[in-house]
Amino acid sequence: MDSVKRDQHTDLKVSIGSLALNNPVLTASGTFGYAREFASLVNLSRLGAIIVKGISLEPRHGNPPPRITETACGMLNAIGLENTGVERFIQEKLPYLQNLQTPIIVNILGDSVEDYSRLAGRLGDSRGIAALEVNISCPNVKKGGVAFGTDPMMAAEVTRAVRQATSLPVIVKLSPNVTDVTVIARAVEDAGADAVSLINTLLGMAIDVRSRKPRLANVVGGLSGPAIKPVALRMVWQVAQAVSIPVIGIGGITTTEDALEFLIAGATAIQVGTANFYQPTATEEIIDGLAQFVRENDMQGIKDVINTLQLD
Amino acid sequence: MSEFQEKAPIIAKETLTRDVFRLTVHAPRIAASAGAGQFAMIRVQETLDPLLRRPFSIHKISADGSVSFLFKVVGKGTRVLSSLNPGMNINLIGPMGRGFTLTSSGSFSMIGGGMGIAPLYFLAQQHLGVDRAHDNPPVLLGAQTQAELLQLAEEFNELGYPVHTATDDGTLGHHGFVTELLDDIITRVSQIYVCGPMPMMRIVANKCLKAGVACQVSLETHMACGLGACLGCTFPATAGGYKHVCKDGPVFSAEEVLWTL
Repeated sequence: MDSVKRDQHTDLKVSIGSLALNNPVLTASGTFGYAREFASLVNLSRLGAIIVKGISLEPRHGNPPPRITETACGMLNAIGLENTGVERFIQEKLPYLQNLQTPIIVNILGDSVEDYSRLAGRLGDSRGIAALEVNISCPNVKKGGVAFGTDPMMAAEVTRAVRQATSLPVIVKLSPNVTDVTVIARAVEDAGADAVSLINTLLGMAIDVRSRKPRLANVVGGLSGPAIKPVALRMVWQVAQAVSIPVIGIGGITTTEDALEFLIAGATAIQVGTANFYQPTATEEIIDGLAQFVRENDMQGIKDVINTLQLD
Repeated sequence: MSEFQEKAPIIAKETLTRDVFRLTVHAPRIAASAGAGQFAMIRVQETLDPLLRRPFSIHKISADGSVSFLFKVVGKGTRVLSSLNPGMNINLIGPMGRGFTLTSSGSFSMIGGGMGIAPLYFLAQQHLGVDRAHDNPPVLLGAQTQAELLQLAEEFNELGYPVHTATDDGTLGHHGFVTELLDDIITRVSQIYVCGPMPMMRIVANKCLKAGVACQVSLETHMACGLGACLGCTFPATAGGYKHVCKDGPVFSAEEVLWTL
């Protein structure tokens, strides 16, 4: 608990819209389960917020195996959004999360605008949820399977529907698989998003040359991990210039220095994703590291770091 | 279930063959709480490539808090692991998963193929602690060649288990698959524990099913976390949908597995 006391002495507080966080270190959806999985390895009460595995209206079995493969400094996944569905989430997972002192953000996903709207309504009525993060990288089944997040109109439509269905803060998680991410970012800002988080995984592929088969049964999957960090940082910087709502940086963050890069580029908070797998204590190490950075540089708080990129 | 992260010093490295190694580390918290069939996630080095931890069955536990892992060099991760030496540390998280359920009544046998022998030695150690009144038939161990088997077979003997061996090249014991030895003993057991390549486990599972013998299989897959978070380590289950090797297993009742390989 000494570390918790030390956190309180150093101001790491940030705000995502109306959501006040003790520190800017969050766990990325899909890399931290429903938090309980990490309870014996991580002090969950120290985290800025916990973003749980993406939830859909109905349970999903996910894709056939193999679902993951390692690549240079990264990994590809095609999990297929396996999850318990919203009702079982509320019954089985939420009670544990409600007992934590940490803000809980629920990531939601759907096949149609109506799915997102119903999810937001259902979760918005539940106690113990601090915000929603909207995964718009899913295909819109009713519009030929084009991902919501690759079309500014559809991204805005989903955002508007979620905005209208709940009074919770709405964070829209952006896909990097677009020509200009700032166009989508501005579209969801205009549609009422309280914040954007980016980047989701980059679409990738790997082949086993001996069998000539793809390494994922789904053929293609999402690349994550340190390999994508420079791409993520570039997009976070671009979006931070383009919108006036808070930006949450995601993409390969493992160390304090990684986190600082994103904050300097304009992110108000960051999410640790794939690192939770290979270094489950990464979040706590980054919280300690940020506090040390603030103290060593005689700053008032971590806010003094945000959006301070020096351009000559 | 509670996992520990330990920075464990390597206290011994044995080279069993050109590409089979055994590392023994001092990891007292994991040693004290591990059960047979459970595994640990090892970070082979603190760099970003290879990035992910690798799952390894717990092979052997000693009262002094040491934990051993048996592995064959098959890729980047195991190559790095094989280059480590006593005095260096490895970062491991464990014990993880659901292990074997030890039978306390009736006789049993274990069947191990290749590196699948690893968890069976720990199982043999733990079985000494339960009812040993039964006259158990031999443990069946198979590998490509005798060099991979000689020492391991002797260690099972030292624990008091008779061993029958099979090698692909006929250099030790039966010349052929270890599954072919199963017919001699299957009528004498009520429980089989098996770990090895999927095709081998499928054959054992089918033989046990026909003979009405309970069979526990230990599966191996790629996994990123071992904690039930990445959901990468699935296989199709007979009950429909998927099960996760890390949390639902790695040990399953053979009937739970939809054998596709």
